[in-house]
Amino acid sequence: MKRSRITECNDWFLERFPLTKLWNEHMAHYYAPKNFNFWYFFGSLALLVLVNQILTGIFLTMNYKPDAKLAFDSVEYIMRDVNWGWLIRYMHSTGSSAFFIVVYLHMFRGLLYGSFKHPRELIWIFGMLLFVALMAEAFMGYLLPWGQMSYWGAQVIISLFSAIPVIGDDLSLWLRGDYVVSDATLNRFFAFHVIAVPLALVMLVFLHIVALHEVGSNNPDGIEIKDSKDPWGHPVDGIPFHPYYTVKDLVGVGVFMLFFATVIFYMPEMGGYFLEHANFIPADPMKTPEHIAPVWYFTPFYAILRAIPDKFAGVIGMGGAIVVLFLLPWLDRSPVKSIRYRGGIYKKALGLFVISFLALGYLGTQPATPTATIFARLFTAVYFGFFLLMPLYTRWEKTKPVPRRLTPVHSLEEQLPALIEEITILKPVSTEIGDSAFKSSFFTRSPNPEGIRNVISRLAKKAKGSLD
Amino acid sequence: MKNLIALLLLLSLSFGVAASEDIELQDAHVDLSNNASLQRGAKHFVTYCLGCHSAKHIRYLRIAIDADIDKKKMLQEIAPEGANIYDQLHSAMNKHDAEKWFGTQPPDLSLIARSRGADWLYSYLKSYYIDPKSPRGVNNLVFKDTAMPNPLWQLQGEQYAEHQKNIWGDEYTKLAIKEPGTLSEGEFDIFVNDLVNFLVYVGEPVQLERHRLGKYVLFFIFLFLVVAYLLKKEYWKNIH
Repeated sequence: MKRSRITECNDWFLERFPLTKLWNEHMAHYYAPKNFNFWYFFGSLALLVLVNQILTGIFLTMNYKPDAKLAFDSVEYIMRDVNWGWLIRYMHSTGSSAFFIVVYLHMFRGLLYGSFKHPRELIWIFGMLLFVALMAEAFMGYLLPWGQMSYWGAQVIISLFSAIPVIGDDLSLWLRGDYVVSDATLNRFFAFHVIAVPLALVMLVFLHIVALHEVGSNNPDGIEIKDSKDPWGHPVDGIPFHPYYTVKDLVGVGVFMLFFATVIFYMPEMGGYFLEHANFIPADPMKTPEHIAPVWYFTPFYAILRAIPDKFAGVIGMGGAIVVLFLLPWLDRSPVKSIRYRGGIYKKALGLFVISFLALGYLGTQPATPTATIFARLFTAVYFGFFLLMPLYTRWEKTKPVPRRLTPVHSLEEQLPALIEEITILKPVSTEIGDSAFKSSFFTRSPNPEGIRNVISRLAKKAKGSLD
Repeated sequence: MKNLIALLLLLSLSFGVAASEDIELQDAHVDLSNNASLQRGAKHFVTYCLGCHSAKHIRYLRIAIDADIDKKKMLQEIAPEGANIYDQLHSAMNKHDAEKWFGTQPPDLSLIARSRGADWLYSYLKSYYIDPKSPRGVNNLVFKDTAMPNPLWQLQGEQYAEHQKNIWGDEYTKLAIKEPGTLSEGEFDIFVNDLVNFLVYVGEPVQLERHRLGKYVLFFIFLFLVVAYLLKKEYWKNIH
């Protein structure tokens, strides 16, 4: 048989590059547990947002001017005079908030199912480094529009370094390149934002995924699927990532894009949380805004900073809030991974942690009144308590026996008919037509109070039972 | 659990108290599809604001296109004499004079609606009152000791502040017009509203286009989602 030109080209390439091997190792023959749920969409979504940020960022740099005199106007130029500039800018600004939403949910998944535990400690460390790089990327990117909040936010955060004893003042001067945030700062932040940090991000994503594929994915049951294999050496409870999870993640992408596009087209400022109102005023070094608040994704850490009375201690506290996350794999002494088989203490602790994180996030956006500061201190204590007491309470608590194989998944679609059956009653409809042939064939469903009560009490009992 | 709920309740209460100090703003009726209002607003802006304030991020041409004004009409009736249709809305007042006269340079108003909000602008422009103690003879209820004199006083008339007490004994300030201006109160409200509507448009000229496009984008993504869901279902039908 005569080989076509394309096949020949293909072979020439494949003889010299292990594309098939790479594809199989990471996609077609990479076995992932088959019971991934809602929480497992956010890894692929984070990758999608990263690509969005890089692509829109490239187009923004084509018209943006990293110059203190021109920066603000060049952003407005993009918004008004550049064709589709407004769309690209909103995709980038909304993307940065979306990135943090997705990454926070991705990290919370780790807390739920113990994805940071042995043997995945290194994945967690790479992930945390990614989180730190992402925060640096967002912080430096936020200076670029050169609005009032850009300017004063950077001023406040960089001045924190001056709280460090002995080297503090020189260090913050070195970071800024000037005695105040100025053109020099803008230029170096631009350099870091568009090339240095994105490079680090991409490399860390690579390491994060390589490390993940070495040990394999965790799952909602927290069981190693590699422990039970079929005669061909494939995990019995695993399915190839491609095509199963590629098509499943496409559904996640669709849902995500619905939300993403709604924000971009209908509420790009998100009530002043994604784009702060004060940032529509050009940076003015002579006028300090009365209330400086960072963008929402930094507010939990900002609230911790303000909660601690001493400035240097506050900086340590804020840094410590990130450092404890790095230590998580070694703080957790529980023999089980997933929250499904943990005892009630961890569930309650995690609940308190989530509440305190959200509350700190809210407090960080508000002025630091005396009452707000008291609450911020309380929630800061809960935040650190969750991590620092973890070696104790995870060892004490009684865990449930972990099954050897994945527990079956009941999708909503399967459960829905039975649920509807339970909460409604079927009633025949009396029709005007007297003929008996019609009479019996009309039915209607009406809500059944008894059934609804049963379902609610069953769910409440289940929720209560799982906490004990 | 009960303690937690009490705690959260307490938290929300304590901030409600802290936030109530601000002055209640009046509602502006923003309707960017109302071209007549935008046209009137553009005219008011050029007549009453452009003397001191610029709106340098927008051009006469863009306003003419978006508010459906004929280019010739734009130049004859709205833009100041000698302006080119491609010009941005620059102010004639120079920086040094402004600082000498007002102590500060009047801000560019291109983005004022995005930083302050429509309701704030609407309330601000309506809340000037005669205050003999202030250097300019007027003060503002929304923005105390504002550097801007009231540009619209001839239209609104002379407004005075009356300090009153409500039934709980809290003091509050009410504004009342003592000397009527050239416009009635209703006409003045419409005047200010048109001006604010125009400023909201200038803040982000692409708003209407954004809303129009959004529907198609969301519809397309929804179709994509349906296809993706069916594809997933088909692939996963044998996985249990």
